[in-house]
Amino acid sequence: MVDRGSDDRMQLPPREVEDVMPPHAHSWIGKYVFSQDAKYIAIQYSGTAVAIGLVALVLSWLMRLQLGFPGTFDFITAEAYYQFVTMHGMIMVIYLLTAIFLGGFGNYLIPLMVGARDMVFPFVNMLSYWVYLLAVLVLVASFFVPGGPTGAGWTLYPPQAVLSGTPGGAQSGIILMLVSLILFIIGFTMGGLNYAVTVLQARTRGMTMMRLPLTIWGIFTATVMALLAFPALFVACVMMLFDRLLGTSFFMPTLVELGEKLSYGGGSPIAFQHLFWFFGHPEVYIVALPAFGIVSDLIAVHARKNVFGYRMMVWAIVIIGALSFIVWAHHMYVSGMHPWFGFFFATTTLIIAIPTAIKVYNWVLTLWKGDIHLTIPMLFALGFIVTFVNGGLTGLFLGNVVVDVPLSDTMFVVAHFHMVMGVAPIMVIFGAIYHWYPKMTGRMLNEAMGQIHFWVTFIGAYAVFFPMHYVGLVGVPRRYFEIGEPEFLTAPVDGLNAFISAAALIVGAVQVLFLFNIFWSLRHGRKAGGNPWRAASLEWHTPDTPPKHGNWDELPNVYRWAYDYSVPGAPEDYLAQNDSWVPDGEERRL
Amino acid sequence: MDSKFQGQDQTLLQQGHSGFAADWSSDQRVFKGVSWGKAMMWILLLSDTFVFACFLAAYMTARSSTTVDWPNASEVFALHIGGHNFPLLLIAIMTFVLISSSGTMAMAVSSAYRKARVPTALLLLATAGLGAAFVGMQAFEWTKLISEGVRPWGNPWGAEQFGASFFMITGFHGTHVSIGVIFLAIMARKVWRGDFDGGERSWLSRGNGDYEGVEIMGLYWHFVDLVWVFIFAFFYLW
Repeated sequence: MVDRGSDDRMQLPPREVEDVMPPHAHSWIGKYVFSQDAKYIAIQYSGTAVAIGLVALVLSWLMRLQLGFPGTFDFITAEAYYQFVTMHGMIMVIYLLTAIFLGGFGNYLIPLMVGARDMVFPFVNMLSYWVYLLAVLVLVASFFVPGGPTGAGWTLYPPQAVLSGTPGGAQSGIILMLVSLILFIIGFTMGGLNYAVTVLQARTRGMTMMRLPLTIWGIFTATVMALLAFPALFVACVMMLFDRLLGTSFFMPTLVELGEKLSYGGGSPIAFQHLFWFFGHPEVYIVALPAFGIVSDLIAVHARKNVFGYRMMVWAIVIIGALSFIVWAHHMYVSGMHPWFGFFFATTTLIIAIPTAIKVYNWVLTLWKGDIHLTIPMLFALGFIVTFVNGGLTGLFLGNVVVDVPLSDTMFVVAHFHMVMGVAPIMVIFGAIYHWYPKMTGRMLNEAMGQIHFWVTFIGAYAVFFPMHYVGLVGVPRRYFEIGEPEFLTAPVDGLNAFISAAALIVGAVQVLFLFNIFWSLRHGRKAGGNPWRAASLEWHTPDTPPKHGNWDELPNVYRWAYDYSVPGAPEDYLAQNDSWVPDGEERRL
Repeated sequence: MDSKFQGQDQTLLQQGHSGFAADWSSDQRVFKGVSWGKAMMWILLLSDTFVFACFLAAYMTARSSTTVDWPNASEVFALHIGGHNFPLLLIAIMTFVLISSSGTMAMAVSSAYRKARVPTALLLLATAGLGAAFVGMQAFEWTKLISEGVRPWGNPWGAEQFGASFFMITGFHGTHVSIGVIFLAIMARKVWRGDFDGGERSWLSRGNGDYEGVEIMGLYWHFVDLVWVFIFAFFYLW
């Protein structure tokens, strides 16, 4: 047995950090409401994210109803449509995906997987959730103020975002949006400091960085990226808030509105775009990297095989994270920015394809000759791989300036980013929930409902987004309330649009089944036991399921990486990370 | 081979590049001998660096893309004393005060290493005093500019982004200084009471007898000071 994970066993060094029990809560409120236990915070984060995500789901239905059957629904006005587009995008990207991957999975898995009792600063961690909740409430409040939420598009481009022609622009919609984002960033920063320091400084004995499960590598890298990328959004929000409230002109050029010259003048709207996308592109990978990490673990566990090229996978995650900070202006090829920038950013963008392709090959090679169990988590993981490859390939189209210019602002772009950062990471979230639900509750999710959920979601998502590429290619621009039948369309799209809308309604509806499954299985699910998937990583080897406060009786010692599956000669087909087994005839190297 | 030495908490460390690699490939901690609190402060400051960098980059973009001339900083920020205009006089004093406060902070940290309770508390108090003086002078500067007609949406001398950037950037920095002053005062009180001399774990102190809270405070304070140097260079001297 010569695999890298298990042959570099060494004597465990002495404990460097004092083993301190996190403070115990005595009251019910301290335990379940203002909980400082990362596991409860994780559930609070996930629950809030899913709840606001359902709002975004309904908004997407309303958008599709309008696009599929224009003129049928009177209550969907043009203004309302733009508000739906904006809020759907913002909620999905920030308040659902970012929050659930980092605040949800990060909180639950980091302490368990690195062998810590809790996050390093439980109180700050708790504050993080409550500030996040406040951000969500401010966002929800914007639906109920006069004028409604902002309709500026999720990118909130000025000058239109703060002008009266945009829904919520001259009222409070845009203000609440910006305030909510600022709150989200403050809340995230408190959590992010916890995640980063816990991974760096609070691992258990024997847990080296290169023995961390890839899930942790993904979440950790994404956290560091978020700590460096959100500042740009923070600054952009503050400046736009000043433009809107104080009458400054950071992003506002000289404008004439309804025949009257506004008091703004001399600002640069492009500056906002640079700030926004300096955050916005890393944001894509803040969502994608945890998904990359989690899917690697799902594949290894459910194919009973070690991850192919673990080191390559780690470095690919780190390199993607670093590169994503120098590609932002590929979102701005048509903004009027200097063409030389386009050349630079197209180059860096295409370079990202290399580490990304490494990851995809390694996933496939992990599956190669594996003992593939088509469990629900595995199905979602496989669904992720094909969807991500799909979205990645259209990314090559959009990353090239000359190809992007005609495709820019068409439905092709919408199809692309929904494939790559919408459907793909959400597949992973589903897979991860099916995978870790037994750890969180002690019961399995219902398999039959899971099968229906997967197949309808997977086929349905393709029914929605595959035709959308074509709709974009024939020339349908995005963010149009009603397009009619203009001459520039090279083919009619009405039928396709109706088909897409029908598929979207079905895909949305099946998510209700998933939610029902979550609640139903809490009571009626099959009892899971401590380690139903026979997984090797540390979180499956806690003394209790669900893990109690403090996670462990005695902190575990780690002797190997997280991927010792099907090791020849081993007593089981997996070796837990805290299993000190050595093959017969070999001495434990001390 | 590598020379080894003991870190603050008796962890065996290696020096040089191989030590760097050894730390990153070791278990438990990447930064040996660095407490959780200190690691968190460093990462927070890294994040905050990006906030200020974005503010300054946005200001420079505004300044270089505006259609109207930028006001002349050395005239705008001049003090009129005894019939003479002294360009940048107030800013020079403010900068001097803030950098001096970094000096007293460094002395406070040095006393904290020696666990000298009284000097640490007094030096922290002195740092807080200098910081408060800085904020006070900043308030004076704001008042003066506002009375001369500078507003976020316009000013008598040129590009309106001048006032907007000025109030936003110095305001954000001033907020940092103010927060620092508050925490310096709290920290001084805790040191004075002997919270760091061991015993109980309490807010901002680990209760293990070291004065690390003072050092972490120092990290923040030096950062705020360093940021001012950049603001001074890019806003006042440019």
